Amino acid sequence: MMGNEVLTTDALQIDRELGQQLLYQMMMVRRFEEKSAELYTKEKIRGFLHLYIGEEAVAAGVMHYLKPEDNILCTYREHGQAIIRGIDLGAIMAELYGKQEGCSKGRGGSMHLFDTKTKFYGGNAIVAGHLPLAVGLALADKKMKRKQVTCCFFGEGAAAEGEFHEAMNLASLWQVPVLFVCENNLYAMGTALQYTHAVTDLKTKALGYGMPSASVDGMDLTAVLKAAKQAIKTVRESGKPFFLVCNTYRFRAHSMFDAELYREKAEVDEWKKRDPILQFTKYLRDHALLSDDELKKTENRIEKEIQTAVDFAEAGTWEPLDQLTRFVYSDPVKP
Amino acid sequence: MGETTATMKITYREALKQSIRDALHQDERAFLLGEDVGRYGGAFAVSKGLLKEFGPDRIMDVPLSESGFVGAGIGAAVGGMRPIVEVMTINFGLLAFDQIANNAATLLHMSGGQINVPVVIRMGCGIGRQLAAQHSHSWEPLFAHIPGLKVVSVGTHEDARSMLLAALKEPDPVILFEYTAMLNLEGETSTDFQPVDLTHAKIRRVGKDVSIITYGAGVYKSLQAAEALAQAGIGAEVVDLRVLRPLDDKTVMASVSKTHRALIVEEAWQSVSISSEVSARITEQCFYELDAPVRRLGGVEVPIPYPKHLEDGSIPQQEQIVSATKKLLQHD
Ligand SMILES: Cc1ncc(C[n+]2csc(CCOP(=O)(O)OP(=O)(O)O)c2C)c(N)n1
Repeated sequence: MMGNEVLTTDALQIDRELGQQLLYQMMMVRRFEEKSAELYTKEKIRGFLHLYIGEEAVAAGVMHYLKPEDNILCTYREHGQAIIRGIDLGAIMAELYGKQEGCSKGRGGSMHLFDTKTKFYGGNAIVAGHLPLAVGLALADKKMKRKQVTCCFFGEGAAAEGEFHEAMNLASLWQVPVLFVCENNLYAMGTALQYTHAVTDLKTKALGYGMPSASVDGMDLTAVLKAAKQAIKTVRESGKPFFLVCNTYRFRAHSMFDAELYREKAEVDEWKKRDPILQFTKYLRDHALLSDDELKKTENRIEKEIQTAVDFAEAGTWEPLDQLTRFVYSDPVKP
Repeated sequence: MGETTATMKITYREALKQSIRDALHQDERAFLLGEDVGRYGGAFAVSKGLLKEFGPDRIMDVPLSESGFVGAGIGAAVGGMRPIVEVMTINFGLLAFDQIANNAATLLHMSGGQINVPVVIRMGCGIGRQLAAQHSHSWEPLFAHIPGLKVVSVGTHEDARSMLLAALKEPDPVILFEYTAMLNLEGETSTDFQPVDLTHAKIRRVGKDVSIITYGAGVYKSLQAAEALAQAGIGAEVVDLRVLRPLDDKTVMASVSKTHRALIVEEAWQSVSISSEVSARITEQCFYELDAPVRRLGGVEVPIPYPKHLEDGSIPQQEQIVSATKKLLQHD
């Protein structure tokens, strides 16, 4: 699955602070989701819950180069992006609970995290449904002469949808600044890449649309950082789209309802050896950018922050039933 | 239901699976295609084990491309096969809506009767698993709006076991709605499976005071409500529409003409729905039989929220069916 990796020659400058910040983000996403899985079994969280565990380097690496004014769109597997974007952790957890203190007022749940303050446009649960939206957001930016990038995450399964191809064509035709990030975790639910794509070297799909593209080892944060830096720079400077394929792997089941009949445990174990968090921890240690003490401190900080978020969600309240029909139409504009 | 034939307990899921098995055994032109029907075992485990039994040519995993594979299913049907297309859930059905509305439903007509499309398209649907606004749709009315389609709704175990087989005998496209919230539900079916028809509504419980007309996930809820109403001395007749297009007016009107009162229950949003249509037909066809205005109990006009209490609040529940029926009866 590897090979074809396109990396820039740009040297990557990771200092102690940045390195530890990135590690913190990935560890936070991991722990938050482990906690969520636990809360799911306690039935605190219901409905669908899709975990990003194993894929953290993709969000951490790509999003590092996004600016606060850039737009972000994701799939239903978006806790990682939401956390890294800086949406309040308590508001995310409260949303997973369905409490009205959640970032979508509880109405959306795990698959529909929204936060316009951070330009986080969801959480979309129709596979590839958000790709045309991303093109539209970028088109608006272009028309209004805003220098922003729209970053759109989706899986390789989505790349088989018509909406993917339509969005790629439109973005290229209209020359709008979208970074399409394909998180190729090799499975669309239980159907492997080779059963869903005639051409499995996904980055070549951009060719037909005249769009530049690259693929990268999505388990290696430093590689993702390098590729994302180049890709986002290209989009920002050219105002045109780019297709970035991050080859990664989901360690957990597709959702909490998945019996994982379609893959061998040995395969999962093999990929776990390339755990992005382990790899990056090693990188930092090898470069003397992380001490045992610092790691411990980070772990403790994360535990505390997650506990605070869970407490916040627990203390949250249920929206009264008599408000059921809210948010169907906008409130009349006050004169 | 039946006489004193032997019955067996079966889950709704297992009944659906056995119907697919039978279909594949009965007709070598039949095959199942859909997202994750094979290696994953079916998104809802309905087709679990079938890949092993029938192999990948007859249990075909397809890429995420609803318009593409539903269109391919329609094409294969035109080509002489008997495809059973599974759209994982109705929520993704709109991605295939163009194929269904503009191809499956029209080819016979546009070709002046030359081309018929014997495709069966199964979709899981319904509300009740806290899956939020994009995954909780009851879009039966959207599909039932379209001439050229036969639209059926699997509201009982009996139909889960037999409706697909009947659908495969149809010369024209059948959209078959299954209710994912009912998959684990155990029910009784007779062991000798009587073939069902795809033309008639069915009286699931006989009563003299009021007709509760419903379909899909409303059937068992209404039956439970009827049970509770019986305790209060009210005889509710439960009519399972089963076939949403074309509607079986005769059964409905006969029931309403007998009870003189009608309550229509559905989970779909109430406006512009199956209940709107049935209500209009009752008014047109047996207005003078009515002792009270027709009442409807449908989904609240809101995208389905994630939290349980709000989700429950957005569709009719048994207690509401009971109280709406009682109200209807006081309306003399
Ligand atoms: C249009 C549509 N079809 C089917 C589904 C059901 N479904 C949800 S996720 C998924 C697999 C998507 O795989 P991929 O795009 O690779 O993303 P991943 O889940 O691996 O992150 C499927 C089939 C859906 N949500 N939307």
